[in-house]
Amino acid sequence: MSTPFGAEELSRIRAGFPILSRTVRDGKPLVYLDSGATSQRYAGVLDAERAFSEQVNAAVHRGAHQLSEEATDAYEGARATVARFVGGRADEVVFTKNATESLNLVAYGFSNSVAGQPKDPRLTLGEGDEVLVTEMEHHANLVPWQELARRTGATLRWVGVTDEGRLDLSGLDSVLTERTKVFAFTHVSNVLGTVNPVRELVAAARAVGAVTVLDACQSTPHLALDVVDLGVDFAAFSGHKMYGPTGVGVLWGRGELLQAMPPFLTGGSMIESVWMDRTTYAAPPQRFEAGSPNAAQAVGLAAACDYLTGVGMDHVAAHEHALTERLLAGLAQRPWVRVVGPTTTVDRVGAVAFDVEGVHAHDVGQVVDDQGVAVRVGHHCAWPLHRRMGVTATTRASLAAYNTPEEVDTFLEALDRVPDIFGMAS
Amino acid sequence: MDLYQELILEHSKRPHHAGLREPFQAEVHHVNPTCGDEVTLRLLLEGTGETAVVKDVSYDALGCSISTASTSVLADEVIGRTVKEALETHAAMHAMLTSRGQDAGSEDVIGDGVAFAGVSKYPARVKCALLGWMAFTDALNRAEEDS
Repeated sequence: MSTPFGAEELSRIRAGFPILSRTVRDGKPLVYLDSGATSQRYAGVLDAERAFSEQVNAAVHRGAHQLSEEATDAYEGARATVARFVGGRADEVVFTKNATESLNLVAYGFSNSVAGQPKDPRLTLGEGDEVLVTEMEHHANLVPWQELARRTGATLRWVGVTDEGRLDLSGLDSVLTERTKVFAFTHVSNVLGTVNPVRELVAAARAVGAVTVLDACQSTPHLALDVVDLGVDFAAFSGHKMYGPTGVGVLWGRGELLQAMPPFLTGGSMIESVWMDRTTYAAPPQRFEAGSPNAAQAVGLAAACDYLTGVGMDHVAAHEHALTERLLAGLAQRPWVRVVGPTTTVDRVGAVAFDVEGVHAHDVGQVVDDQGVAVRVGHHCAWPLHRRMGVTATTRASLAAYNTPEEVDTFLEALDRVPDIFGMAS
Repeated sequence: MDLYQELILEHSKRPHHAGLREPFQAEVHHVNPTCGDEVTLRLLLEGTGETAVVKDVSYDALGCSISTASTSVLADEVIGRTVKEALETHAAMHAMLTSRGQDAGSEDVIGDGVAFAGVSKYPARVKCALLGWMAFTDALNRAEEDS
Protein backbone atom coordinates (compact mmCIF):
# COMPACT_ATOMS: atom_id res chain seq x y z
CA MET A 1 0.00 0.00 0.00
CA SER A 2 1.12 3.51 -0.78
CA THR A 3 1.52 6.26 1.84
CA PRO A 4 -0.71 9.26 2.65
CA PHE A 5 0.28 12.66 1.22
CA GLY A 6 2.89 14.64 3.08
CA ALA A 7 1.95 18.17 4.21
CA GLU A 8 3.65 19.86 1.25
CA GLU A 9 2.17 17.48 -1.26
CA LEU A 10 -1.28 18.01 0.21
CA SER A 11 -1.02 21.79 0.05
CA ARG A 12 0.11 21.48 -3.58
CA ILE A 13 -2.96 19.36 -4.29
CA ARG A 14 -5.24 21.84 -2.53
CA ALA A 15 -3.77 24.68 -4.58
CA GLY A 16 -5.21 22.93 -7.63
CA PHE A 17 -8.73 23.48 -6.27
CA PRO A 18 -9.18 27.25 -5.86
CA ILE A 19 -12.61 26.95 -4.23
CA LEU A 20 -11.03 25.32 -1.17
CA SER A 21 -9.52 28.63 -0.14
CA ARG A 22 -12.85 30.48 0.04
CA THR A 23 -14.77 31.17 3.22
CA VAL A 24 -18.42 30.59 4.04
CA ARG A 25 -20.86 31.63 6.80
CA ASP A 26 -19.25 34.84 7.97
CA GLY A 27 -15.62 34.20 7.19
CA LYS A 28 -15.20 30.58 8.22
CA PRO A 29 -12.80 28.56 6.07
CA LEU A 30 -14.71 26.12 3.90
CA VAL A 31 -14.34 22.50 5.00
CA TYR A 32 -15.75 20.57 2.07
CA LEU A 33 -16.84 17.08 3.11
CA ASP A 34 -19.47 16.56 0.40
CA SER A 35 -17.35 15.19 -2.43
CA GLY A 36 -19.52 12.07 -2.53
CA ALA A 37 -22.30 14.26 -3.93
CA THR A 38 -20.06 16.27 -6.20
CA SER A 39 -16.33 16.77 -5.95
CA GLN A 40 -14.66 20.09 -6.44
CA ARG A 41 -13.18 20.69 -9.86
CA TYR A 42 -9.48 20.51 -10.54
CA ALA A 43 -8.23 23.78 -12.10
CA GLY A 44 -6.47 21.81 -14.84
CA VAL A 45 -9.86 20.46 -15.89
CA LEU A 46 -11.12 24.00 -16.44
CA ASP A 47 -7.93 24.87 -18.32
CA ALA A 48 -8.45 21.92 -20.63
CA GLU A 49 -12.09 22.83 -21.31
CA ARG A 50 -11.14 26.43 -21.92
CA ALA A 51 -8.25 25.52 -24.21
CA PHE A 52 -10.56 23.28 -26.23
CA SER A 53 -13.19 26.00 -26.47
CA GLU A 54 -10.76 28.80 -27.30
CA GLN A 55 -8.52 26.96 -29.71
CA VAL A 56 -10.13 23.96 -31.42
CA ASN A 57 -13.88 24.15 -30.89
CA ALA A 58 -15.84 22.73 -33.82
CA ALA A 59 -18.34 19.99 -34.49
CA VAL A 60 -16.62 16.66 -33.97
CA HIS A 61 -16.83 13.84 -36.53
CA ARG A 62 -18.05 16.26 -39.20
CA GLY A 63 -16.66 18.89 -41.47
CA ALA A 64 -13.61 18.86 -43.66
CA HIS A 65 -11.85 21.74 -42.01
CA GLN A 66 -8.85 21.83 -39.74
CA LEU A 67 -10.73 22.83 -36.60
CA SER A 68 -13.10 19.92 -36.98
CA GLU A 69 -10.14 17.56 -37.34
CA GLU A 70 -8.52 18.95 -34.23
CA ALA A 71 -11.75 18.90 -32.23
CA THR A 72 -12.33 15.29 -33.28
CA ASP A 73 -8.77 14.40 -32.26
CA ALA A 74 -9.28 16.06 -28.88
CA TYR A 75 -12.58 14.26 -28.31
CA GLU A 76 -11.27 10.88 -29.41
CA GLY A 77 -8.07 11.49 -27.46
CA ALA A 78 -10.23 12.06 -24.38
CA ARG A 79 -11.94 8.74 -25.03
CA ALA A 80 -8.57 6.97 -25.18
CA THR A 81 -7.44 8.63 -21.93
CA VAL A 82 -10.61 7.65 -20.08
CA ALA A 83 -10.29 4.10 -21.43
CA ARG A 84 -6.70 3.85 -20.14
CA PHE A 85 -7.83 5.19 -16.77
CA VAL A 86 -10.26 2.32 -16.25
CA GLY A 87 -8.29 -0.36 -18.10
CA GLY A 88 -10.54 -0.69 -21.15
CA ARG A 89 -10.26 -0.05 -24.90
CA ALA A 90 -11.12 3.31 -26.42
CA ASP A 91 -13.89 1.88 -28.60
CA GLU A 92 -15.52 0.50 -25.45
CA VAL A 93 -15.96 3.95 -23.88
CA VAL A 94 -19.26 5.77 -24.48
CA PHE A 95 -19.57 9.37 -23.38
CA THR A 96 -22.94 10.18 -21.82
CA LYS A 97 -24.42 13.05 -19.85
CA ASN A 98 -23.85 11.38 -16.48
CA ALA A 99 -23.78 7.96 -14.83
CA THR A 100 -27.57 7.92 -14.59
CA GLU A 101 -27.77 8.13 -18.37
CA SER A 102 -25.08 5.44 -18.66
CA LEU A 103 -27.13 3.06 -16.51
CA ASN A 104 -30.34 3.86 -18.38
CA LEU A 105 -28.52 3.22 -21.64
CA VAL A 106 -27.75 -0.34 -20.54
CA ALA A 107 -31.21 -0.88 -19.04
CA TYR A 108 -32.88 0.23 -22.27
CA GLY A 109 -30.44 -1.98 -24.16
CA PHE A 110 -32.29 -4.92 -22.60
CA SER A 111 -35.72 -3.78 -23.78
CA ASN A 112 -34.98 -1.89 -27.00
CA SER A 113 -34.49 -3.64 -30.27
CA VAL A 114 -33.78 -2.77 -33.86
CA ALA A 115 -36.78 -3.43 -36.07
CA GLY A 116 -36.39 -6.53 -38.15
CA GLN A 117 -33.14 -7.62 -36.56
CA PRO A 118 -32.64 -10.61 -34.29
CA LYS A 119 -31.48 -9.72 -30.82
CA ASP A 120 -28.68 -11.26 -28.80
CA PRO A 121 -30.35 -13.61 -26.28
CA ARG A 122 -28.08 -12.32 -23.48
CA LEU A 123 -29.68 -8.89 -23.89
CA THR A 124 -33.25 -10.14 -24.23
CA LEU A 125 -35.57 -9.94 -21.29
CA GLY A 126 -39.11 -11.16 -20.71
CA GLU A 127 -41.45 -12.92 -18.33
CA GLY A 128 -39.69 -15.56 -16.28
CA ASP A 129 -36.38 -13.68 -16.49
CA GLU A 130 -34.97 -11.86 -13.50
CA VAL A 131 -33.05 -8.67 -12.88
CA LEU A 132 -30.89 -8.62 -9.76
CA VAL A 133 -29.77 -5.51 -7.88
CA THR A 134 -28.78 -4.88 -4.27
CA GLU A 135 -30.46 -3.10 -1.40
CA MET A 136 -27.59 -0.59 -1.18
CA GLU A 137 -28.02 0.90 -4.65
CA HIS A 138 -28.28 4.58 -5.38
CA HIS A 139 -31.65 5.31 -7.02
CA ALA A 140 -29.76 5.66 -10.32
CA ASN A 141 -28.91 1.95 -10.24
CA LEU A 142 -32.30 0.87 -8.95
CA VAL A 143 -35.10 2.81 -10.63
CA PRO A 144 -33.96 2.09 -14.24
CA TRP A 145 -34.02 -1.66 -13.41
CA GLN A 146 -37.44 -1.40 -11.75
CA GLU A 147 -38.73 0.23 -14.92
CA LEU A 148 -36.99 -2.32 -17.14
CA ALA A 149 -38.66 -5.14 -15.20
CA ARG A 150 -42.03 -3.40 -15.59
CA ARG A 151 -41.55 -2.87 -19.33
CA THR A 152 -40.54 -6.45 -20.01
CA GLY A 153 -42.48 -8.47 -17.45
CA ALA A 154 -39.24 -9.65 -15.85
CA THR A 155 -38.98 -9.90 -12.06
CA LEU A 156 -36.77 -7.63 -9.99
CA ARG A 157 -34.87 -9.23 -7.12
CA TRP A 158 -32.28 -7.90 -4.76
CA VAL A 159 -29.42 -8.92 -2.51
CA GLY A 160 -29.97 -7.73 1.07
CA VAL A 161 -27.67 -5.75 3.33
CA THR A 162 -26.39 -6.80 6.76
CA ASP A 163 -26.71 -4.70 9.92
CA GLU A 164 -23.04 -3.80 9.50
CA GLY A 165 -23.76 -2.42 6.04
CA ARG A 166 -22.29 -5.10 3.82
CA LEU A 167 -23.97 -7.20 1.17
CA ASP A 168 -25.62 -10.23 2.70
CA LEU A 169 -24.23 -12.91 0.40
CA SER A 170 -25.51 -15.80 2.50
CA GLY A 171 -28.58 -16.13 0.32
CA LEU A 172 -26.97 -15.16 -2.99
CA ASP A 173 -27.69 -18.58 -4.51
CA SER A 174 -31.41 -18.09 -4.06
CA VAL A 175 -31.57 -14.75 -5.90
CA LEU A 176 -28.78 -15.25 -8.45
CA THR A 177 -29.98 -18.19 -10.55
CA GLU A 178 -30.12 -19.29 -14.16
CA ARG A 179 -33.17 -17.02 -14.46
CA THR A 180 -31.00 -13.95 -13.73
CA LYS A 181 -30.20 -12.13 -16.96
CA VAL A 182 -28.53 -9.07 -15.47
CA PHE A 183 -26.92 -8.31 -12.11
CA ALA A 184 -26.41 -4.58 -11.44
CA PHE A 185 -24.53 -3.56 -8.31
CA THR A 186 -22.46 -0.76 -6.96
CA HIS A 187 -18.71 -0.99 -6.48
CA VAL A 188 -18.82 1.31 -3.46
CA SER A 189 -21.93 2.36 -1.53
CA ASN A 190 -22.42 6.12 -1.62
CA VAL A 191 -23.91 5.96 1.89
CA LEU A 192 -22.12 3.17 3.73
CA GLY A 193 -18.71 3.52 2.09
CA THR A 194 -18.65 -0.27 1.73
CA VAL A 195 -16.45 -1.64 -1.05
CA ASN A 196 -18.21 -4.66 -2.51
CA PRO A 197 -16.41 -7.89 -3.50
CA VAL A 198 -16.77 -7.29 -7.24
CA ARG A 199 -14.70 -10.28 -8.41
CA GLU A 200 -16.72 -12.67 -6.24
CA LEU A 201 -20.01 -11.24 -7.50
CA VAL A 202 -18.85 -11.34 -11.11
CA ALA A 203 -17.76 -14.99 -10.77
CA ALA A 204 -21.16 -15.91 -9.34
CA ALA A 205 -22.96 -14.00 -12.12
CA ARG A 206 -20.83 -15.59 -14.83
CA ALA A 207 -21.58 -19.04 -13.47
CA VAL A 208 -25.27 -18.47 -14.28
CA GLY A 209 -24.66 -16.49 -17.47
CA ALA A 210 -25.87 -13.11 -16.14
CA VAL A 211 -24.55 -9.84 -17.54
CA THR A 212 -22.93 -7.65 -14.86
CA VAL A 213 -23.32 -3.88 -14.58
CA LEU A 214 -21.10 -2.00 -12.14
CA ASP A 215 -21.95 1.42 -10.73
CA ALA A 216 -18.44 2.79 -10.35
CA CYS A 217 -19.38 6.39 -9.45
CA GLN A 218 -18.06 6.11 -5.92
CA SER A 219 -14.97 4.08 -6.77
CA THR A 220 -13.39 5.94 -9.71
CA PRO A 221 -12.35 8.94 -7.53
CA HIS A 222 -11.03 6.78 -4.68
CA LEU A 223 -9.64 3.45 -5.90
CA ALA A 224 -7.56 2.23 -8.81
CA LEU A 225 -10.05 0.68 -11.19
CA ASP A 226 -9.46 -1.95 -13.87
CA VAL A 227 -12.68 -3.08 -15.50
CA VAL A 228 -11.02 -5.96 -17.34
CA ASP A 229 -9.36 -7.23 -14.19
CA LEU A 230 -12.65 -6.94 -12.27
CA GLY A 231 -14.35 -8.88 -15.03
CA VAL A 232 -17.54 -6.81 -15.25
CA ASP A 233 -19.48 -6.42 -18.49
CA PHE A 234 -20.45 -2.77 -18.02
CA ALA A 235 -19.28 0.03 -15.74
CA ALA A 236 -20.83 3.49 -15.31
CA PHE A 237 -19.34 6.59 -13.73
CA SER A 238 -19.61 10.39 -13.69
CA GLY A 239 -17.12 13.16 -14.36
CA HIS A 240 -18.23 15.48 -11.60
CA LYS A 241 -17.52 13.01 -8.80
CA MET A 242 -13.89 12.59 -9.89
CA TYR A 243 -12.75 16.25 -10.03
CA GLY A 244 -14.04 16.60 -13.59
CA PRO A 245 -16.89 18.56 -15.19
CA THR A 246 -20.62 18.08 -14.77
CA GLY A 247 -22.49 17.08 -17.90
CA VAL A 248 -20.25 14.18 -18.80
CA GLY A 249 -20.49 10.57 -17.74
CA VAL A 250 -19.08 7.33 -19.06
CA LEU A 251 -20.38 3.93 -19.92
CA TRP A 252 -17.66 1.38 -20.42
CA GLY A 253 -18.92 -1.84 -21.97
CA ARG A 254 -17.23 -5.03 -23.09
CA GLY A 255 -16.74 -4.64 -26.85
CA GLU A 256 -18.69 -7.62 -28.07
CA LEU A 257 -21.66 -6.79 -25.80
CA LEU A 258 -21.76 -3.17 -26.94
CA GLN A 259 -21.61 -4.52 -30.47
CA ALA A 260 -24.72 -6.63 -29.81
CA MET A 261 -26.65 -3.88 -28.02
CA PRO A 262 -29.40 -1.86 -29.73
CA PRO A 263 -29.26 1.94 -29.52
CA PHE A 264 -30.75 3.94 -26.64
CA LEU A 265 -31.19 7.46 -28.02
CA THR A 266 -31.39 7.83 -31.78
CA GLY A 267 -30.72 10.68 -34.19
CA GLY A 268 -27.68 12.28 -35.73
CA SER A 269 -24.13 10.99 -35.39
CA MET A 270 -25.14 7.46 -34.46
CA ILE A 271 -26.23 6.22 -37.87
CA GLU A 272 -24.65 4.19 -40.63
CA SER A 273 -27.22 4.81 -43.41
CA VAL A 274 -30.58 6.52 -43.34
CA TRP A 275 -33.51 6.16 -45.74
CA MET A 276 -36.93 7.73 -45.38
CA ASP A 277 -38.36 4.57 -43.87
CA ARG A 278 -35.41 2.95 -42.05
CA THR A 279 -31.94 3.38 -40.64
CA THR A 280 -28.93 1.25 -39.92
CA TYR A 281 -26.70 2.13 -37.05
CA ALA A 282 -23.04 2.90 -36.55
CA ALA A 283 -20.70 0.64 -34.64
CA PRO A 284 -20.08 1.37 -30.96
CA PRO A 285 -19.24 3.71 -29.37
CA GLN A 286 -20.85 6.13 -31.92
CA ARG A 287 -24.06 4.06 -31.92
CA PHE A 288 -24.63 5.24 -28.34
CA GLU A 289 -23.70 8.89 -28.80
CA ALA A 290 -26.68 10.46 -30.55
CA GLY A 291 -26.49 14.17 -31.29
CA SER A 292 -23.64 16.63 -30.82
CA PRO A 293 -21.44 15.33 -28.05
CA ASN A 294 -20.25 17.17 -24.95
CA ALA A 295 -16.76 17.39 -26.38
CA ALA A 296 -15.36 20.10 -24.11
CA GLN A 297 -16.57 18.22 -21.04
CA ALA A 298 -15.10 14.95 -22.33
CA VAL A 299 -11.77 16.73 -22.76
CA GLY A 300 -12.13 18.08 -19.21
CA LEU A 301 -12.84 14.61 -17.87
CA ALA A 302 -9.73 13.29 -19.60
CA ALA A 303 -7.73 16.02 -17.84
CA ALA A 304 -9.16 14.82 -14.52
CA CYS A 305 -8.11 11.25 -15.36
CA ASP A 306 -4.61 12.40 -16.25
CA TYR A 307 -4.44 14.38 -13.03
CA LEU A 308 -5.46 11.39 -10.91
CA THR A 309 -3.04 9.14 -12.77
CA GLY A 310 -0.29 11.67 -12.13
CA VAL A 311 -1.03 11.85 -8.41
CA GLY A 312 -1.44 8.08 -8.31
CA MET A 313 -4.66 6.33 -7.35
CA ASP A 314 -2.85 4.18 -4.77
CA HIS A 315 -1.52 7.35 -3.20
CA VAL A 316 -5.02 8.89 -3.17
CA ALA A 317 -6.45 5.72 -1.64
CA ALA A 318 -3.79 5.66 1.09
CA HIS A 319 -4.41 9.29 1.96
CA GLU A 320 -8.17 8.84 2.14
CA HIS A 321 -7.72 5.62 4.13
CA ALA A 322 -5.80 7.53 6.82
CA LEU A 323 -8.43 10.29 6.88
CA THR A 324 -11.24 7.74 7.12
CA GLU A 325 -9.51 6.06 10.04
CA ARG A 326 -9.25 9.42 11.83
CA LEU A 327 -12.89 10.23 11.12
CA LEU A 328 -14.20 6.84 12.27
CA ALA A 329 -12.05 6.96 15.41
CA GLY A 330 -13.38 10.44 16.24
CA LEU A 331 -16.98 9.37 15.73
CA ALA A 332 -16.42 6.25 17.87
CA GLN A 333 -15.48 8.54 20.77
CA ARG A 334 -18.92 10.13 20.62
CA PRO A 335 -21.45 7.68 22.04
CA TRP A 336 -24.38 9.73 20.72
CA VAL A 337 -23.27 9.03 17.15
CA ARG A 338 -24.10 5.80 15.36
CA VAL A 339 -22.19 5.17 12.13
CA VAL A 340 -24.44 3.65 9.47
CA GLY A 341 -21.99 1.38 7.68
CA PRO A 342 -18.78 -0.44 8.57
CA THR A 343 -17.00 1.04 11.60
CA THR A 344 -13.55 -0.09 10.47
CA THR A 345 -11.61 0.84 7.35
CA VAL A 346 -11.57 -2.73 6.01
CA ASP A 347 -13.08 -2.75 2.50
CA ARG A 348 -14.41 0.74 3.02
CA VAL A 349 -13.81 4.24 1.67
CA GLY A 350 -14.40 7.64 3.23
CA ALA A 351 -18.13 8.11 2.69
CA VAL A 352 -19.23 8.03 6.33
CA ALA A 353 -22.94 8.31 7.11
CA PHE A 354 -24.17 8.49 10.66
CA ASP A 355 -27.16 9.09 12.86
CA VAL A 356 -27.13 11.40 15.88
CA GLU A 357 -29.45 10.06 18.55
CA GLY A 358 -32.61 12.13 18.74
CA VAL A 359 -31.51 14.81 16.27
CA HIS A 360 -32.57 14.91 12.64
CA ALA A 361 -29.82 14.88 10.01
CA HIS A 362 -30.97 18.26 8.63
CA ASP A 363 -30.35 19.83 12.02
CA VAL A 364 -26.95 18.14 12.36
CA GLY A 365 -25.94 19.37 8.91
CA GLN A 366 -27.12 22.89 9.69
CA VAL A 367 -25.09 23.07 12.90
CA VAL A 368 -21.84 21.97 11.24
CA ASP A 369 -22.55 24.23 8.26
CA ASP A 370 -22.63 27.13 10.68
CA GLN A 371 -18.96 26.29 11.37
CA GLY A 372 -18.15 26.18 7.65
CA VAL A 373 -18.36 22.41 7.26
CA ALA A 374 -20.28 21.18 4.21
CA VAL A 375 -21.83 17.71 4.60
CA ARG A 376 -24.77 15.97 2.96
CA VAL A 377 -28.00 15.26 4.81
CA GLY A 378 -31.01 13.17 3.85
CA HIS A 379 -31.23 9.77 2.21
CA HIS A 380 -28.51 10.47 -0.37
CA CYS A 381 -30.66 8.98 -3.17
CA ALA A 382 -30.66 5.62 -1.38
CA TRP A 383 -34.03 5.62 0.31
CA PRO A 384 -34.58 1.83 0.47
CA LEU A 385 -31.13 1.44 2.04
CA HIS A 386 -32.00 3.96 4.74
CA ARG A 387 -35.21 2.09 5.45
CA ARG A 388 -33.21 -1.13 5.72
CA MET A 389 -30.77 0.49 8.16
CA GLY A 390 -33.68 1.74 10.28
CA VAL A 391 -33.14 5.47 9.73
CA THR A 392 -35.12 8.14 7.90
CA ALA A 393 -32.11 10.23 7.03
CA THR A 394 -28.42 10.38 7.82
CA THR A 395 -25.67 12.95 7.86
CA ARG A 396 -22.82 12.02 5.54
CA ALA A 397 -19.26 13.28 5.56
CA SER A 398 -17.45 12.17 2.41
CA LEU A 399 -13.72 12.56 2.01
CA ALA A 400 -11.62 13.30 -1.04
CA ALA A 401 -7.96 13.55 -1.99
CA TYR A 402 -7.81 17.25 -1.04
CA ASN A 403 -9.12 16.88 2.52
CA THR A 404 -6.77 17.28 5.46
CA PRO A 405 -6.56 15.66 8.90
CA GLU A 406 -7.21 19.12 10.38
CA GLU A 407 -10.47 19.35 8.43
CA VAL A 408 -11.60 16.05 9.93
CA ASP A 409 -10.88 17.51 13.37
CA THR A 410 -12.75 20.74 12.57
CA PHE A 411 -15.75 18.68 11.54
CA LEU A 412 -15.66 16.62 14.75
CA GLU A 413 -15.45 19.78 16.86
CA ALA A 414 -18.35 21.33 14.95
CA LEU A 415 -20.33 18.15 15.56
CA ASP A 416 -19.85 18.56 19.31
CA ARG A 417 -22.09 21.62 19.15
CA VAL A 418 -25.06 19.41 18.28
CA PRO A 419 -25.60 18.02 21.82
CA ASP A 420 -25.14 21.55 23.22
CA ILE A 421 -27.84 23.04 21.01
CA PHE A 422 -30.32 20.19 21.14
CA GLY A 423 -29.89 19.50 24.83
CA MET A 424 -28.90 15.87 24.63
CA ALA A 425 -26.72 14.19 27.25
CA SER A 426 -23.31 14.08 25.55
CA MET B 1 -26.83 30.46 15.54
CA ASP B 2 -30.05 32.43 15.14
CA LEU B 3 -31.84 29.60 13.34
CA TYR B 4 -32.43 27.49 16.43
CA GLN B 5 -34.48 29.85 18.59
CA GLU B 6 -35.46 28.53 22.03
CA LEU B 7 -39.11 28.52 20.95
CA ILE B 8 -38.32 26.25 18.00
CA LEU B 9 -36.36 23.84 20.16
CA GLU B 10 -39.18 23.74 22.73
CA HIS B 11 -41.85 23.08 20.11
CA SER B 12 -39.70 20.38 18.46
CA LYS B 13 -39.08 18.55 21.73
CA ARG B 14 -42.68 18.75 22.92
CA PRO B 15 -44.87 19.35 19.86
CA HIS B 16 -48.35 20.68 20.67
CA HIS B 17 -51.49 18.83 19.54
CA ALA B 18 -49.38 15.92 18.22
CA GLY B 19 -50.89 12.51 17.52
CA LEU B 20 -53.69 11.46 15.19
CA ARG B 21 -57.22 11.97 16.55
CA GLU B 22 -60.82 11.18 15.65
CA PRO B 23 -63.05 12.56 14.35
CA PHE B 24 -61.66 14.18 11.21
CA GLN B 25 -62.93 15.21 7.77
CA ALA B 26 -59.75 15.09 5.74
CA GLU B 27 -56.47 13.27 6.11
CA VAL B 28 -53.41 14.04 3.98
CA HIS B 29 -49.90 12.66 3.79
CA HIS B 30 -47.06 14.89 2.63
CA VAL B 31 -43.45 13.95 2.00
CA ASN B 32 -40.33 15.99 1.48
CA PRO B 33 -38.62 13.84 -1.17
CA THR B 34 -35.16 15.29 -0.63
CA CYS B 35 -34.90 14.17 2.98
CA GLY B 36 -37.70 11.65 3.44
CA ASP B 37 -39.53 13.72 6.06
CA GLU B 38 -43.21 12.90 6.34
CA VAL B 39 -46.32 14.28 7.94
CA THR B 40 -49.78 12.78 8.16
CA LEU B 41 -52.28 15.48 9.08
CA ARG B 42 -55.97 15.32 9.94
CA LEU B 43 -58.38 18.20 9.88
CA LEU B 44 -61.80 18.71 11.44
CA LEU B 45 -63.91 21.74 10.47
CA GLU B 46 -67.23 23.02 11.79
CA GLY B 47 -69.30 24.81 9.20
CA THR B 48 -68.45 25.53 5.58
CA GLY B 49 -66.62 28.13 3.53
CA GLU B 50 -64.44 30.87 4.93
CA THR B 51 -66.37 31.14 8.18
CA ALA B 52 -65.93 27.46 9.02
CA VAL B 53 -64.01 26.97 12.26
CA VAL B 54 -60.98 24.70 12.55
CA LYS B 55 -62.06 22.40 15.38
CA ASP B 56 -58.99 20.18 15.34
CA VAL B 57 -55.67 19.61 13.61
CA SER B 58 -53.95 16.39 14.60
CA TYR B 59 -50.80 14.96 13.06
CA ASP B 60 -48.07 12.40 13.06
CA ALA B 61 -44.80 13.96 11.90
CA LEU B 62 -41.38 12.53 11.21
CA GLY B 63 -38.87 15.23 10.54
CA CYS B 64 -36.25 17.71 11.58
CA SER B 65 -36.65 20.21 14.41
CA ILE B 66 -37.75 22.94 12.01
CA SER B 67 -40.53 20.92 10.38
CA THR B 68 -41.73 19.41 13.67
CA ALA B 69 -41.79 22.76 15.45
CA SER B 70 -43.48 24.47 12.52
CA THR B 71 -46.30 21.93 12.49
CA SER B 72 -46.68 22.35 16.26
CA VAL B 73 -46.98 26.14 15.88
CA LEU B 74 -49.42 25.64 13.03
CA ALA B 75 -51.74 23.59 15.23
CA ASP B 76 -51.50 26.24 17.98
CA GLU B 77 -52.29 29.04 15.57
CA VAL B 78 -55.16 27.56 13.56
CA ILE B 79 -57.19 25.50 16.03
CA GLY B 80 -60.20 27.54 17.08
CA ARG B 81 -59.79 30.01 14.19
CA THR B 82 -61.91 30.43 11.10
CA VAL B 83 -60.65 29.11 7.77
CA LYS B 84 -60.23 32.73 6.64
CA GLU B 85 -58.01 33.55 9.63
CA ALA B 86 -56.04 30.33 9.22
CA LEU B 87 -55.36 31.12 5.57
CA GLU B 88 -54.21 34.61 6.51
CA THR B 89 -51.81 33.09 9.03
CA HIS B 90 -50.57 30.70 6.35
CA ALA B 91 -50.06 33.56 3.90
CA ALA B 92 -48.12 35.56 6.51
CA MET B 93 -45.94 32.55 7.42
CA HIS B 94 -45.28 31.83 3.75
CA ALA B 95 -44.38 35.45 3.04
CA MET B 96 -41.98 35.59 5.98
CA LEU B 97 -40.34 32.23 5.22
CA THR B 98 -39.70 33.08 1.58
CA SER B 99 -38.50 36.64 2.24
CA ARG B 100 -34.78 35.82 2.48
CA GLY B 101 -34.59 37.62 5.81
CA GLN B 102 -36.53 40.73 4.68
CA ASP B 103 -39.80 40.04 6.53
CA ALA B 104 -39.55 39.46 10.30
CA GLY B 105 -43.22 38.51 10.62
CA SER B 106 -45.82 39.91 13.01
CA GLU B 107 -46.49 38.16 16.29
CA ASP B 108 -50.10 39.39 16.16
CA VAL B 109 -50.68 37.37 12.99
CA ILE B 110 -48.43 34.33 13.32
CA GLY B 111 -47.82 34.03 17.08
CA ASP B 112 -44.85 31.74 17.86
CA GLY B 113 -44.34 31.62 14.10
CA VAL B 114 -42.08 34.67 14.43
CA ALA B 115 -39.41 32.35 15.84
CA PHE B 116 -39.04 31.01 12.30
CA ALA B 117 -37.93 34.34 10.81
CA GLY B 118 -34.32 33.09 10.80
CA VAL B 119 -35.28 30.12 8.61
CA SER B 120 -35.82 32.45 5.66
CA LYS B 121 -32.05 33.04 5.52
CA TYR B 122 -31.53 29.31 4.87
CA PRO B 123 -33.32 28.58 1.57
CA ALA B 124 -32.76 24.84 1.92
CA ARG B 125 -34.75 24.82 5.14
CA VAL B 126 -37.78 26.80 3.99
CA LYS B 127 -39.46 23.67 2.70
CA CYS B 128 -38.94 22.03 6.11
CA ALA B 129 -40.85 24.87 7.78
CA LEU B 130 -43.58 24.74 5.13
CA LEU B 131 -44.16 20.97 5.12
CA GLY B 132 -46.93 21.05 7.76
CA TRP B 133 -48.48 24.17 6.27
CA MET B 134 -48.62 22.58 2.80
CA ALA B 135 -50.35 19.58 4.35
CA PHE B 136 -52.79 21.84 6.18
CA THR B 137 -53.83 23.84 3.09
CA ASP B 138 -54.14 20.61 1.13
CA ALA B 139 -56.39 19.18 3.88
CA LEU B 140 -58.51 22.36 3.76
CA ASN B 141 -59.04 21.90 0.01
CA ARG B 142 -60.00 18.27 0.45
CA ALA B 143 -62.39 19.03 3.30
CA GLU B 144 -64.08 21.64 1.10
CA GLU B 145 -64.30 19.26 -1.86
CA ASP B 146 -66.00 16.71 0.36
CA SER B 147 -68.37 19.12 2.06
